[in-house]
Amino acid sequence: MIRVTLPQHLRTLAQVDGEVALRIDGPVTQRSVLDALEARHPTLKGTIRDHATLERRPFLRFFACSRDLSHERPDTPLPDAVVNGDEPYMVVGAIAGG
Amino acid sequence: MGRVRVLVGTRKGAFVLTADGKRTKWQISGPHFGGWEIYHVKGSPVDPNRVYASQSSGWFGQVVQRSNDGGQSWEAVDNTFAYDGTPGTHQWYDGTQHPWEFKRVWHFEPSPTDPDTVYAGVEDAGLFRSTDGGKSWRELPGLREAKGHLWQPGAGGMCLHTIILDKLDPGRVSVAISAAGVFQTADGGQSWRPANRGLKSTTELPDATADVGFCVHRIAMHPSRPKVLFMQKHWDVMRSDDGGASWTEVSGNLPTDFGFPIDVHAHEPETIYVVPIKSDSEHYPPDAKLRVYRSRTGGNEWEALTTGLPQQDCYVNVLRDAMAVDALDPCGVYFGTSGGQVYASADSGDRWTAIAQNLPGVMSVEVQTLS
Repeated sequence: MIRVTLPQHLRTLAQVDGEVALRIDGPVTQRSVLDALEARHPTLKGTIRDHATLERRPFLRFFACSRDLSHERPDTPLPDAVVNGDEPYMVVGAIAGG
Repeated sequence: MGRVRVLVGTRKGAFVLTADGKRTKWQISGPHFGGWEIYHVKGSPVDPNRVYASQSSGWFGQVVQRSNDGGQSWEAVDNTFAYDGTPGTHQWYDGTQHPWEFKRVWHFEPSPTDPDTVYAGVEDAGLFRSTDGGKSWRELPGLREAKGHLWQPGAGGMCLHTIILDKLDPGRVSVAISAAGVFQTADGGQSWRPANRGLKSTTELPDATADVGFCVHRIAMHPSRPKVLFMQKHWDVMRSDDGGASWTEVSGNLPTDFGFPIDVHAHEPETIYVVPIKSDSEHYPPDAKLRVYRSRTGGNEWEALTTGLPQQDCYVNVLRDAMAVDALDPCGVYFGTSGGQVYASADSGDRWTAIAQNLPGVMSVEVQTLS
């Protein structure tokens, strides 16, 4: 299972506690993970990626295995540790404010 | 006697304030959607349990919430606001043309006849309609053909913030956009025309009487008189007696005619309310005194309403969607401030009480009168 962590406000919106566990058939990429996440929780559509372009919203980042994957291509395979469920795929809200 | 439910949108969530018809003891529930900016919350006139809320965030974008039980529980509905076709461009700050980009919903206007029909005014300025209770949205793109290429965002964004529906003539809709002006349709949204004749902006526009470009802050209409419209413009309080075909200034003896909200008494169509603000660069009341001004003559002659409102050291603002009236008798008047206070008057504005004092900055106030 793929483990996905969400910022607090998106967990509230999706009505989930803790991590989201997703089963993905086929290549495990950022695109396939986010597609599966939005299919499971349609209220998240548009809150992580733009509805039309599917581009990451500017103040969100995607982390995994201590790496920032935000600028990786969406169809690049995710690290084995994410595929195996050893590490979570993290959707993170950027720090803002002062 | 009836009851009232006050729907308050703030910078950090929505709150629901309820009271019986005396309007002296209030209960506050919330925050709903804590931490999110709630630009507007409004209920259906035909089904008070149906309430729509605009929830937005710089991180997560736009969410639309719907309640079927008067705001006790909520469900997220469709948040897809896709401009129709190729959206085209509008004026940008540097004089170039800039593509339309959806940012947020500023205002929901539920239909006066159908609880599943609701209009959404959005930034960048556009008008959307849902006929299935918010489960899907379609733009009325003809609006942007009303010289949209000349529209230009003001400092607050190019938002469509006011939607006036006419129960007696469903095909007739008026909208107001910052900083473009008033636009009207008589055919249900197919075709639109600017309705800004008589407006003047001598310091903000190179052509003070242009067709478009006016920073209209709010329009109000009494439902029994759809031909009479009242406007708080960036500067100037205006009225129209021909349904928006022309406007005349009625600022009269106001201490300043800058402000944001304007509203009409529920039972006296010539009684109107504004909250004068010192200037466009000083968004606080003149003389540090929070005063609502009431005109019982449809403008020009204004009286200050001060009882119960802070009359010293007050530096709050009142935003365009943050004033409303109830339909009880005497009419109740409500407004919220950038300092998180919600003030209410149960006697048409003569005396005021803070019914909430420490909320986040208030962005919108709407009132439902319940049986």
